[in-house]
Amino acid sequence: MQKSDTIYKLLETSLINEFEQKQVALTGSCHPVVSRSRINGFEFLKDNGLPDRKNEKWKNSPFPGQYEEEYLLDIPPVFYDKAAEEIFRCEIHGFWADTYSMLNGWYYSTKENQLITTGDGVVVGSILKAQHQYPELFEKHFGNIANTEQDGFTAANTALFKDGMFIYVPDGVEVKNAVQLIKLINLQEPLMVNSRNLIILGKSSRLTFLHCDDSVNHTPGFINTLTEVYMDENSSFELYKLQNINDNTSLINNTFIHQERDSRLKVNILSLNGGKIRNELHVNLMGQGADADINGVYLVDKQQHIDNQVYINHAVPNCHSNELFKGVLDEEASGIFNGYIYVARDAQKTNAFQRNNNILMTPKATIDTMPFLEIYADDVKCSHGATVGQLDDEALFYMMQRGIGREDARLLLMFAFLAEVTSKVSIEPLRISYEDMIKRRLRGELSICDKCVLHCSEPDKPIEFDIDLSKI
Amino acid sequence: MSESKNENILDQVTNEEYKYGFYSDIEMDMAPKGLTEETIRFISAKKNEPDWLLEFRLKAFRYWQKMEEPDWALISHPPIDYQDIIYYAAPKKKKELESLDEVDPELLDTFNKLGISLEEQKMLAGVAVDAVIDSVSVKTTFQDTLAKHDIIFCSFSEAVQNHPDLVKKYLASVVPVTDNYFAALNSAVFSDGSFCYIPKGVRCPIELSTYFRINAANTGQFERTLLIADEGGYVSYLEGCTAPMRDENQLHAAVVEIITMDDAEVKYSTVQNWYPGNKEGKGGIYNFVTKRGLCKGKNSKISWTQVETGSAITWKYPSCVLHGDNSVGEFYSVAVTNNYQQADTGSKMIHQGKNTKSTIISKGISAGKSNNSYRGMVRIGRKAENARNFSQCDSLLLGDQCGAHTFPYIKSANETAVVEHEATTSKISEEQLFYCQQRGIDMEKAIGLIVNGYAKEVLNKLPMEFAMEAQKLLAITLEGSVG
Repeated sequence: MQKSDTIYKLLETSLINEFEQKQVALTGSCHPVVSRSRINGFEFLKDNGLPDRKNEKWKNSPFPGQYEEEYLLDIPPVFYDKAAEEIFRCEIHGFWADTYSMLNGWYYSTKENQLITTGDGVVVGSILKAQHQYPELFEKHFGNIANTEQDGFTAANTALFKDGMFIYVPDGVEVKNAVQLIKLINLQEPLMVNSRNLIILGKSSRLTFLHCDDSVNHTPGFINTLTEVYMDENSSFELYKLQNINDNTSLINNTFIHQERDSRLKVNILSLNGGKIRNELHVNLMGQGADADINGVYLVDKQQHIDNQVYINHAVPNCHSNELFKGVLDEEASGIFNGYIYVARDAQKTNAFQRNNNILMTPKATIDTMPFLEIYADDVKCSHGATVGQLDDEALFYMMQRGIGREDARLLLMFAFLAEVTSKVSIEPLRISYEDMIKRRLRGELSICDKCVLHCSEPDKPIEFDIDLSKI
Repeated sequence: MSESKNENILDQVTNEEYKYGFYSDIEMDMAPKGLTEETIRFISAKKNEPDWLLEFRLKAFRYWQKMEEPDWALISHPPIDYQDIIYYAAPKKKKELESLDEVDPELLDTFNKLGISLEEQKMLAGVAVDAVIDSVSVKTTFQDTLAKHDIIFCSFSEAVQNHPDLVKKYLASVVPVTDNYFAALNSAVFSDGSFCYIPKGVRCPIELSTYFRINAANTGQFERTLLIADEGGYVSYLEGCTAPMRDENQLHAAVVEIITMDDAEVKYSTVQNWYPGNKEGKGGIYNFVTKRGLCKGKNSKISWTQVETGSAITWKYPSCVLHGDNSVGEFYSVAVTNNYQQADTGSKMIHQGKNTKSTIISKGISAGKSNNSYRGMVRIGRKAENARNFSQCDSLLLGDQCGAHTFPYIKSANETAVVEHEATTSKISEEQLFYCQQRGIDMEKAIGLIVNGYAKEVLNKLPMEFAMEAQKLLAITLEGSVG
């Protein structure tokens, strides 16, 4: 379908213009692989535009309805004046993470720290810098893990990304501290951020990565992130996504993961707040014995929207995948879950499971759930299940009978409902912090707390970047 | 399991002939190939239709011309040339038929071969049969018994002539002309079908049955069935279909509409056995069918049971719109695909009324190089308080060249509704096979047993005569296709 003869929406026009005007700057300073990808992405975007509702995968999504909004696409890099540690305080009690940050779409660090190599050879830094220092890694992986021509957003990301994070873990290295990336937007004007991450794990390596999206004010924004992860043989990767953005911000989060033989992937997505969130996760199990365990919790209210799209491709035999997504939808919130398990011909001895459970709290909340299976091999065990319901009346009655107030009983039940997912977080301090955040979110405290990123109670208060997860 | 034994069994299956593949040499009356307004006027004139129906057809045709063929189903086929199809073919009528004796002997013979002896049926348990060959209904039996209860059961053309008010009132009230590509096509060119009206408070004493047969070459079959059960009415309705073996693909695009008023119940059972094509995937029927029931009244119930073994392509989603409070929708299906067959089938349950309940039980069995998909939707409307759905769709894979897919869509907009969906995909367990064999049941029989057990939940819902036929069909289609 060629879009050329139709009229572009405002956002499409501005993305296309942005590239056309800055093509030299965008492609000139890049590694040839990157600049070629950018041009291809641009061509795709020009031909296809952003996905509309005619596209089956976006049929029920609210995103296509907001392409008429205007966003800033380019702001100069943020001047670095304070050490990241002074600005962001994100302490999870008993849990130590090396924190890196991105502000308004730019990697935020001193000039000399744009790309650092630790003692055991782990490289962490800005993707812009890394492409020149590690061209062989970019040639091999950049744009090869993701399907950059999946839709207009992946294409726009490829064409226009400003910055992003690069992590390389050499063979055999187990990274002790978790790597945490905090992405913040702090601007008085609506900004669209296209950021791109590339994470490469060598053979038998290990990495825990926390990817946090936060807003610091109520300005509308649009975050379009694409992350590529390459997991070599026997590597182990834990990915935590924490999403706590304001109600006016839209987030599209595409993550593509390539798994080699015997690699182990664990993903936990925690969507606490956000105007519109779409998480797309594509896991390609390309080596035998690979294992993927994908979990997600979402809590939405007001008119928020949450969409989780999980595609698992069992390309080879003897792989295992598990998906568990649970969510509570309150007020007028809407949700979509689309799980897709694809088992290729000859991918025998596949075990694949997916489950999605939802609780609707009010008459105006809605959920669409689509757990799909597409199977071309016979010696498989695949199952999926989905439920939509409400809290168990009998359980509620039982608790009230024993003197627990209705509200408390409801909170307890909801918490228990979600705890099945959070209990899978293997890092104890992180799990406690997760559960704490969920409890607060359920009680409605998270969004009114004055320490909170959202500053709901005092919207005019100057921002101090005081994010202390243990205290909120 | 020895290799040679496997091959032996596989040979048997693949060589299993489609036993309804004969062709009857009946004199036919046909429309010229192609689809234009002229064709539609021709059909309408042939059937001596009133003007409003011609207008209805033309409106549908004009709308259809603007539509695009849907491509979302997991099926693939060469593009269908809608101008290369004969839209009307009828056994030549010499005069109006008075009794069975006057029916063309060749035609009677056809139905005898199909096991639908129009005469014998009278003596058996009592199933009123409406036989539709190519485009027209040739004979409806048991008219007297039905007349006693004021039940109207006749061919669609007769209904248009004799009960125009009912037809006008209910035609396209459940499946609008604009519903989908194939429904629009059907609305433009439908030739015949069955019409049934159960008056208030009448429980139809016998089972009604329609037998569809495509006979002529190059033709498409577009029948239209309309079933209305008025307050407190009940009917069990059976539908069967076969076609000759031909190398070209033939199109079948039917529409079935059911309406149930307060406290009424309709049970609709299908054994679909259109020619599936040969083992290389050549020929066979393209079956694009829209079936939908509307539970209009309170406490009404519609139940679909289908056994799908035929057709090169099946595209079919019998649905229920649960409009009346406390209404119930059910869907039980066994879909078997072998060789190069493709099936994309399932159900839609649209909950609109309070306390509505629906159940979906779907059992897919894929063998050979076939693809079998379940695609279903459960939608809970804002006002559907305490709606309840349970869906279970299991897939069984026989062989490593086939595919089994599940695409459930669940949309809930009411917090008091409970929707549950579960599905599993697996092959026949080696343990079960071993257990049976250990006890002296040979492999082929063991597979038969296991598959029948697997499909039992659905087969149990079929009326007796059909259940037997369905069980045999399952055995024929699957015999030894597991190694």
